[in-house]
Amino acid sequence: MKKRVVVTGLGVISALGTDINEFWNAIKEGKCGISSVTKFDVSNMTTKVAAEIKDFDATKFIDRKEAKRMDTYCQYAMAASKMAVEMSGLDLEKIDKDRFGVVVGSGIGGISTFEEQLRVFMEKGPGRVSPFFIPMMISNMAAGQIAIQFGAKGFNECVVTACATSTNAIGDAFKVIQRGDADIMITGGAEASITPLSFAGFCSMKAMSTTEDPALACRPFDAERNGFVMGEGAGILVIEELDHAIKRGANILAEIVGYGSTNDAYHITAPAPEGEGGARCMRLAINDAGLNPEDIGYINAHGTSTEYNDKFETVSIKTVFGDHAKKLAVSSTKSMTGHLLGAAGAVEAIITILALRDSFLPPTINYRTPDPECDLDYVPNQGRSAEITYALSNSLGFGGHNATIALKKYC
Amino acid sequence: MFEKVKKIIAEQLGVEEDEIAMESSFIDDLGADSLDIVELIMALEEEFDLEIPDSEAEKISTVGDVVEYIKNNS
Repeated sequence: MKKRVVVTGLGVISALGTDINEFWNAIKEGKCGISSVTKFDVSNMTTKVAAEIKDFDATKFIDRKEAKRMDTYCQYAMAASKMAVEMSGLDLEKIDKDRFGVVVGSGIGGISTFEEQLRVFMEKGPGRVSPFFIPMMISNMAAGQIAIQFGAKGFNECVVTACATSTNAIGDAFKVIQRGDADIMITGGAEASITPLSFAGFCSMKAMSTTEDPALACRPFDAERNGFVMGEGAGILVIEELDHAIKRGANILAEIVGYGSTNDAYHITAPAPEGEGGARCMRLAINDAGLNPEDIGYINAHGTSTEYNDKFETVSIKTVFGDHAKKLAVSSTKSMTGHLLGAAGAVEAIITILALRDSFLPPTINYRTPDPECDLDYVPNQGRSAEITYALSNSLGFGGHNATIALKKYC
Repeated sequence: MFEKVKKIIAEQLGVEEDEIAMESSFIDDLGADSLDIVELIMALEEEFDLEIPDSEAEKISTVGDVVEYIKNNS
């Protein structure tokens, strides 16, 4: 029989806070974490804003020497993991470490390390490239470092599916426990890609918003949206087999009940017309959970604030839900957090879990001008209380990746 | 020169300068691993403008070995 899987710990590092309560309060209040870029000079770039983390001190979470050997994305992952494990109340001395695993991904990995070491290579030659270049840069190192930190000796992998990364990670980790291969998994994603080269690449793709006003740059589902706004940080969940959590008296935050993963098989960056890949993905997650579309009360949308994403995601929701599409609430919390790329799905899963726990729908902020093609209830500008039992969280990524998880209020 | 070496070691290995003595072993006393030693040697090469060949670097195990090498080769 399939095991039931629950969430017992959450950790987040984002522009809206490096503490879960601070973060959730900011989301409930509809705060915007986006501001003008300060990490490097953007005067010759078309995008001027991002959701930067300004107050992160790695040594609050990690030993100074260890922190020095990690790329920023990995530091974010470690910090969020420590918070999540602490919140879960796990006694690391008492658990079976062979049945304790990790699935944590990153869309891009250690790109700041890559840029820095490429500069060293060009200026000083190959003999000066750091021996830590490779271990700091590779995207799987967060999964490795987390395992080392907590002694998680079981199932371990790193998912890389661009902006779908951490929803795929959570879905895969959920399946590992559901099929009985682990009791506890640490899962999610981390990203630290607000760097000059990465920013320049996304600017060249014309994917990011060119609006200079930080309060208006990310406008998911608004008629005047013109691109996504990059964020950074990490979202980490501790998930656990239900009986294991009950036996140790854990505080259960929500249940993971379904997972879908598909590919558009269409284009490297553009979503398939009508969002057909995303629609198939939501259906898979709903079916996997043994639900009907009418059971879903809230969708945390991918909602990037690009023209195509928001239009096609709206169509895909209508395709899956029919008349019920008008009754359910859909919001894009990227309007507040920015787009954390490989960490987006995990941060949004965290928001969805807290939305279920507290019966509160987080808003889509910066919403002003309705778009006739985006005509669902996007919870505009103000969050609100609502009793919901089931919710979905969608993530879509370059490469045509689609991932959806279905979550249930735990009661 | 020992003071300068000590400063670099402290910075590279994340240890306090007063923990570093001539007889300190990088691996056993200062918590370094093989990657730390490679990086440390690069930093010393930069600082003292010298090249430490791999065959020599492999023989280095204590702070004293480094100080000795620099004294004889710079």
